[in-house]
Amino acid sequence: MTPPRPSHHLPPRRAARATARFALAAMLAACSGGRTWTEAPPRLADTGLYADAATRTVAVDAIPFEPQYPLWTDGAAKRRWISLPPGTAVDARDVDDWQFPVGTRLWKQFTFATGVETRFLARRADGSWLYASYVRTPDGRDDVLAPATGVRQFCATANGRSHDVPSHADCRLCHENGRSPVLGFSALQLSGDRDPLAPNAVPPAAGALDLAGFVARGLVQNLPAAHRATPPRIAARTPTERAALGYLHGNCASCHNASGPLERLGLRLDYPLAAGGTAPAIASTLGVASRFTRGGATQRVAAGDPEHSVLFARVTADDPVTQMPPFGRHLVDATATNLIARWIREDLAATGPSPSQPLSSRQD
Amino acid sequence: MNTIAKLFLVAAVAASTLAAVSLLGRRTEPTPVERGRYLVHTTGCNDCHTPWHMGPQGPEPDMSRLLSGHPADFELAPLPPASPGWMMHAAPTNTAWAGPWGVSFTANLTPDKATGLGTWTVDEFVAAIRTGRHQGRGRQILPPMPAPAYAQMTDADLQAMFAYLQTIPAIANKVPEPLPPQ
Repeated sequence: MTPPRPSHHLPPRRAARATARFALAAMLAACSGGRTWTEAPPRLADTGLYADAATRTVAVDAIPFEPQYPLWTDGAAKRRWISLPPGTAVDARDVDDWQFPVGTRLWKQFTFATGVETRFLARRADGSWLYASYVRTPDGRDDVLAPATGVRQFCATANGRSHDVPSHADCRLCHENGRSPVLGFSALQLSGDRDPLAPNAVPPAAGALDLAGFVARGLVQNLPAAHRATPPRIAARTPTERAALGYLHGNCASCHNASGPLERLGLRLDYPLAAGGTAPAIASTLGVASRFTRGGATQRVAAGDPEHSVLFARVTADDPVTQMPPFGRHLVDATATNLIARWIREDLAATGPSPSQPLSSRQD
Repeated sequence: MNTIAKLFLVAAVAASTLAAVSLLGRRTEPTPVERGRYLVHTTGCNDCHTPWHMGPQGPEPDMSRLLSGHPADFELAPLPPASPGWMMHAAPTNTAWAGPWGVSFTANLTPDKATGLGTWTVDEFVAAIRTGRHQGRGRQILPPMPAPAYAQMTDADLQAMFAYLQTIPAIANKVPEPLPPQ
């Protein structure tokens, strides 16, 4: 029950049929007991995550998954689940822009030493997405809906800093800046060819499915044959570069991509599997002048010189006017910044291979 | 026609004339640009986004640099030492402010494509005010910009302000990035 793609390039009869199929499927979903998710329920237990809320036993239709390039959130431990309505599947024919059926639900749970937050996404019948966040009560017994304005300083993290529960506006800023609002559930992120150097990645939880598992269960369909035969992988000159490009994809590409409002900046940190040639994160940064400057850093990435690279200055900053991402973290991801420094210093040195060299010819 | 009928006729004509005069005298609805001009010039935008200079009556906005933000060529003096009794310091141009958040510089609101709002969309402008984030999606817009107050404005008013800002003279002035707290 995937909403039809924009119909302006389809023949009128096909477009009409696609729209009719979508409307019928949406109607069936509503009639079959599925919720419409016009509003977020007041408790996490009401979203269907748990088979038994008292023991927090996760429902069998909530399938765990683990992206290989996770977003850094001040060291939070994370768990993720997806649930699709019975008889539906994710349409993966565009490997970089998966389409999710109406009724898709996703959960992401953030656990800190002093608090637990669970974010919830659900696709409505009109194709829009519901965003909600649930915070664990102080007695630990329940998870209740957070206000739409978010919760500043919800719980302490480290170094005197706190975790902020995002407002719904902030949810949209990250999730609606690219092609798909679903982040972290894609061919590259679910690939079974996992990156051993990916910062903050953890082994998949028991029962978690990877890309091949979702395809085998029929929950992801129409994946291009090349990616069914060979799990997707970032083409890079070195393992360090592979992990650095993956980190930027997982942490920066929800804004810095070619299809969102910030496309005009010409700064791309995504890694599209369908594209060939130089990785956008190299082509749009190496030796490119930066509008934002800090200290002696005037280029987005200065060849071989992280200390004079604005990208490095941004990810190593923890002040609100310099740091990137601008929200979602207060602490510096030391593992990742060390990786990025090494990548710039060793792989993007002035004497290194030209960034215009086709990535397909590079060896990992 | 009897006298009463004549009186009714005269009264009807008089009432119609008054109504017509009233209609003719009523102001037409302002265009979005006119409404935007009114809002921009009555809600304090010039106080900080137009650099001040010393006029004959004292400090005043330099309207030749209308809404062009903190002048890139203005050389800031070293910050005075921090004092627990004072929270903010302002530059003489009233376009640079130092406080616990660091140093903020007012933005260039002219339609200059390279340094102002020339490439912004109206949606981005509205989102910036609504969310209090730079370009509607970046870092927080810093004090003393009263974004929380402007965030209460209607979409129509914010759109009107943007429409007016797109009509003022474009001034090339690359405002510095804010500085973090020391």
